[in-house]
Amino acid sequence: MAYQCAIGVQRYQFNDLKTLMAKATPLRSGDCLAGIAAEDAQERIAAQMLLADLPLTTFLNDPLIPYEQDEVTRLIIDQHDTSAFSIVAHLTVGDFRDWLLSDHADTLTLQQLAKGLTPEMVAAVSKIMRIQDLINVSAKCNVVTRFRNTLGLSGHLSTRLQPNHPTDDPAGIAASVLDGLLYGSGDAVIGINPASDNDYAVTTLMKMLDDVIQHYQIPTQFCVLSHVTTQIDAINKGVPVDLIFQSIAGTEAANTSFGINLALLSEALDAGRSLNRGTLGNHVMYFETGQGSALSANAHHGVDQQTCEARAYAVARHFEPLLVNTVVGFIGPEYLYDGKQIIRAGLEDHFCGKLLGLPMGCDICYTNHAEADQDDMDMLLTLLGVAGINFIMGIPGSDDIMLNYQTTSFHDALYVRQVLNKKPAPEFERWLQQQGIFNAQGQLNTASELPGDFARLSLPKGNGR
Amino acid sequence: MNKEPIVIHNRWNTLRQHTDARIGLGRAGVSLPTREQLAFQLDHAKARDAVHLPLDEDHLQHQLQEQGFEVYRLKSRVKDRREYLQRPDFGRRLSAESVAFLQNHASNHSTPDTLIIIADGLSSTAVASHAVAMVNRIAAGLNAEGFRAGPICMVSQARVAIADEVGELLKSQSVILLIGERPGLSSPDSLGIYYTYAPRLGLTDAARNCISNIRPQGLSYDEATHTLMFLFLESYRRKLSGVQLKDTSVNASQHELDRPKQHFLLPTDQVQE
Repeated sequence: MAYQCAIGVQRYQFNDLKTLMAKATPLRSGDCLAGIAAEDAQERIAAQMLLADLPLTTFLNDPLIPYEQDEVTRLIIDQHDTSAFSIVAHLTVGDFRDWLLSDHADTLTLQQLAKGLTPEMVAAVSKIMRIQDLINVSAKCNVVTRFRNTLGLSGHLSTRLQPNHPTDDPAGIAASVLDGLLYGSGDAVIGINPASDNDYAVTTLMKMLDDVIQHYQIPTQFCVLSHVTTQIDAINKGVPVDLIFQSIAGTEAANTSFGINLALLSEALDAGRSLNRGTLGNHVMYFETGQGSALSANAHHGVDQQTCEARAYAVARHFEPLLVNTVVGFIGPEYLYDGKQIIRAGLEDHFCGKLLGLPMGCDICYTNHAEADQDDMDMLLTLLGVAGINFIMGIPGSDDIMLNYQTTSFHDALYVRQVLNKKPAPEFERWLQQQGIFNAQGQLNTASELPGDFARLSLPKGNGR
Repeated sequence: MNKEPIVIHNRWNTLRQHTDARIGLGRAGVSLPTREQLAFQLDHAKARDAVHLPLDEDHLQHQLQEQGFEVYRLKSRVKDRREYLQRPDFGRRLSAESVAFLQNHASNHSTPDTLIIIADGLSSTAVASHAVAMVNRIAAGLNAEGFRAGPICMVSQARVAIADEVGELLKSQSVILLIGERPGLSSPDSLGIYYTYAPRLGLTDAARNCISNIRPQGLSYDEATHTLMFLFLESYRRKLSGVQLKDTSVNASQHELDRPKQHFLLPTDQVQE
């Protein structure tokens, strides 16, 4: 079905729903690269006006990617909760924006609604929202998950400690783990991107992180971010595994390019849960996503990259994850060109994920060939903090020496916690206080010397640098 | 009066002997101390310059000619750096002028065994620093094995796949592409080599072999040349390149498998095998 309107003497026509969605999307380089972006600013607004008048039910009746061709579409349609949807079933996209901003949409109502929403509905409404709208609504959402601690409580902000090393050297990784813990990082997960995906290297890292968490009795969980099949193999061999990681995307074809499908993720979920390693809950999955992944796999079906991203959240939702991380600036400037595009995308992703009921975190990051810098990251960090993000990354001095990009540092997390009065997960904070890393008021206490159980470690001699 | 020092240093920064990660930075309040903040900004500036400073192609051409190499100057379809960063598809194809130039060449010359192609990629710093040294070593390696390389092709604003088109137009049996890699904060000058047997338009990364992180603090020139020559000779023997061609030569990375699994965070008897 075609959508038409006129602005003054200029007539606009959009041949189908996915074209309308793409043209209504705020400017970003990936949609330009795909050849589906609006030609100019007025065409974009024309598409947004038409989109605002569409009933939300349109997205149930007119899938952007055909049901027969794509298992993600089938998941979205088959799992849709019509009774939850009934709260907003009578609304258009524009009405839905008004409703979300109104006092009708309180925290409890949004939690009840989550399973009644589809990715396309939340993507559509995000396209007609300003940044303050995205923040305002996100801040009303609350998604709590548990494994060995409690993540996502209101007033809390957690971090993934990311101790990557270019050769997976145990001592090098241990140095970054220690530094992070001493700066209060690691309550969401201690998660390594291994340089090598070979079984031996991955299982070595799994055992190492398990030993550290057990020895120091840290109320957190670990993850080695290898391919899901490598982690299932590890479980079958009796290697300790806390969280199971996988990169996911919003189309079946893109997931195929990652070497996964929904059945494989179900197998991973069952394998992870079978270990019963969570002491407070059984959320065992850790997913990463990012706008542009479907396009880069040439698997986007002409659907804009932000809608494809929201569809990845439908995949995530089905497996009840502990953590979902949108790695927003990693993919490069051909998808998100500059700080402005990265900032908006990060807030859209957080908004869409939270509305769909996901424990959203964000890898607030950029590469050196993007038009972005630390100031842009500070803006996105602060905005996501206000929006109530569940977790962010923590890395020594913002510099990932393995993946060659910049993300948030241990210091950055402390900054945003300080200015917004946020705390780490409560179980983790108690451990930090027991170790003398935080004081009784929850402030960083670490001085020059190693505190608590770490005081007996022998450090290399020297004056540092 | 507050007796706390303004900047708190971390004595565990001596653990930097185990990693290049920026650990033990200390803090002013909860924030980075000024010295660390400015050191980071300097490294970012170097990485940005590696991406954005144009390669001095005249100088590079001159250096190569002084070593006795014939040099062709080619361009991709990209018009400027901004477009290069947003349109990888344009950076993978030669400009119309460059296509015409190579077609004209191919009809007038004999076909080479292989080609060395130099592309600026995402780090002009890497190419300016390491390309001449690598070309010399690779050319010597090829000569020793009796292979004849065609002219050195320098392509500006180019992506990896540009080598497929250059190789196809010059009817070369293989191509060796030297290209500036995406710069890291601590590695703005990293050079990569992509090797492809039977190059032609439309190949994917699955058809290429990559040797990455060539720079003084990473893979040395000699190690990189050794790996390349191993892959090159194997590929001519098996008539393929890419995922089916594995680097089974012995090199430094294999020693990683033998390294001890101990680390300082745990007592020695705690570490499982």
